[in-house]
Amino acid sequence: MVKFIKNKVLKFPIYFYTISFILLPIIYLFILSFMSKAETWGIEFVSTLDNYKNVFDKFYLKIFLNSLKLALLSTFFVAIIGYPYGYFMAKLNNKWKKIFMILLMIPFWTSGLIRLNGWIIIFRSNGVLDKLLMMFNVIEKPLKLLYSYPAVLVGMIYFLLPFMILAVYSSVEKMDWNLVEAARDLGASSFQTFMTITFKLTIPGLLSGLILTFVPSMGLFYIAEVLGGNKIVLIGSVISEQITKGRNLPFAAALSVILMIITSIILRLYKKISSKDELEGLF
Amino acid sequence: MKKISKPAIIFLFLITILNYLPIILTVIYSFNFSKITSVWGGFSLKWYKLLFENRDIQQSFINSLILAFFSCFFAVIIGVSAAISMRNKQTKLDKFITYFSTLPIMIPEIILGMLFMAIFSFINIPFGFITLIIAHTSFCIPYVFLIVKSRLIGMDDTLIEAAKDLGASNLQIFVDIVLPYIYPSIISGVLLSFAMSFDDVVISIFTTGSTVNLLAIKIYTRMKTGVTPEINALATIILIITVIIIIVFERINSKHEKF
Repeated sequence: MVKFIKNKVLKFPIYFYTISFILLPIIYLFILSFMSKAETWGIEFVSTLDNYKNVFDKFYLKIFLNSLKLALLSTFFVAIIGYPYGYFMAKLNNKWKKIFMILLMIPFWTSGLIRLNGWIIIFRSNGVLDKLLMMFNVIEKPLKLLYSYPAVLVGMIYFLLPFMILAVYSSVEKMDWNLVEAARDLGASSFQTFMTITFKLTIPGLLSGLILTFVPSMGLFYIAEVLGGNKIVLIGSVISEQITKGRNLPFAAALSVILMIITSIILRLYKKISSKDELEGLF
Repeated sequence: MKKISKPAIIFLFLITILNYLPIILTVIYSFNFSKITSVWGGFSLKWYKLLFENRDIQQSFINSLILAFFSCFFAVIIGVSAAISMRNKQTKLDKFITYFSTLPIMIPEIILGMLFMAIFSFINIPFGFITLIIAHTSFCIPYVFLIVKSRLIGMDDTLIEAAKDLGASNLQIFVDIVLPYIYPSIISGVLLSFAMSFDDVVISIFTTGSTVNLLAIKIYTRMKTGVTPEINALATIILIITVIIIIVFERINSKHEKF
């Protein structure tokens, strides 16, 4: 272990930043969630459990469940499309691998908003999709898909797919193909080989992909707002509305605390199951 | 055994085409003369012209660049120093700090936005560039930190030892040995952070003041009211910038592999 600069000096920036801008705010958020909203504006420092009681109010509980449903549904479709995509991609030769990697990176790095913009063009009434379907006489009237649930779902899947692909891809890449070869030599069918070897060995990647899709999908309220109008209300929209319009910070804090607890439970579980410290395929 | 079947190739191409469809349509419609997106009115550059005349959008573009620049700058200082200091041994406390410092890219963005919004209004910092930079730095640090850290894991300590024995100063060791070794990963981290900061909507909405306009927020508010051809043109420009960044990124990465 060679130290060439005093470690304490090097550690200072990250300790300082993390403590003052991550840890302390989290503690404050937690405290805030037990405060109550002042009559006019701001926060009254009286401890109360009302915010948490309100979260379990029928109205918000329903929104929570709706968000959960959309998140699960998106994650499901992302896995179904993303797993084979990542798997097949890892099987390509090096030249094509590189090409597909770049093809994947371009949309991934382009603003999510800009990509959603394209879906508006497709989904809007009399838009590209309607025109196409009418041309082939599949439908007679415009479908009016923009501002509907399917539109939001497609937007979510579209937005989250690259995370899954990258996670699965990197775990298939690391896999030892000799094992597959050995299994085949010993007479296993390609399906058997896939189930007993490939799939098992890529479970950490799949799990990581599931987390990388599920966790952000709980908070992606702007996709629902842009593609769903104000028809589809997600928990993220409630939090943002409470902050910007309702001015009820303590309640927003309570919602955030719950969302954060759910997230950290999921991350914990991942670490337990895969015995890995960091999510696969993040980089 | 790494053979790939025909249906698999078709699947890859199909999904890729679907993936690009919205982007391609955006680019095509940015050249549409007609204001209504469903009608093709012929090729025109008028939306680009309008864009270049729009001072408001230009200003928010510059603001976004400044914000991304400073966030990356601080993320590099914090992330690289942390990665170097924790490359060998991590104490319990180090692990604890690492967990919380990488949290910003793990939790839903909205929570991060809420977190900053709450703390900034509590300690009464006026919302504007300072709050934005603090907030954006938070999700840029993990990218730089984790990428550089994983590069350093494979580093050979004997070089540093040799340099030390030959009397090199700490600064010399850093500049001549460590920096050349990690700079490709620093650049990777910076490019990724830059893209994330430039694109961010959620955290920006909660931490910006009325004085600072950002491009992503501008696009977002306009998109809520439907697509305007100007946004298509803007999207195309951003797309081109992204493609250039990725090509640079790939070049650096393939050089990095040769070492």
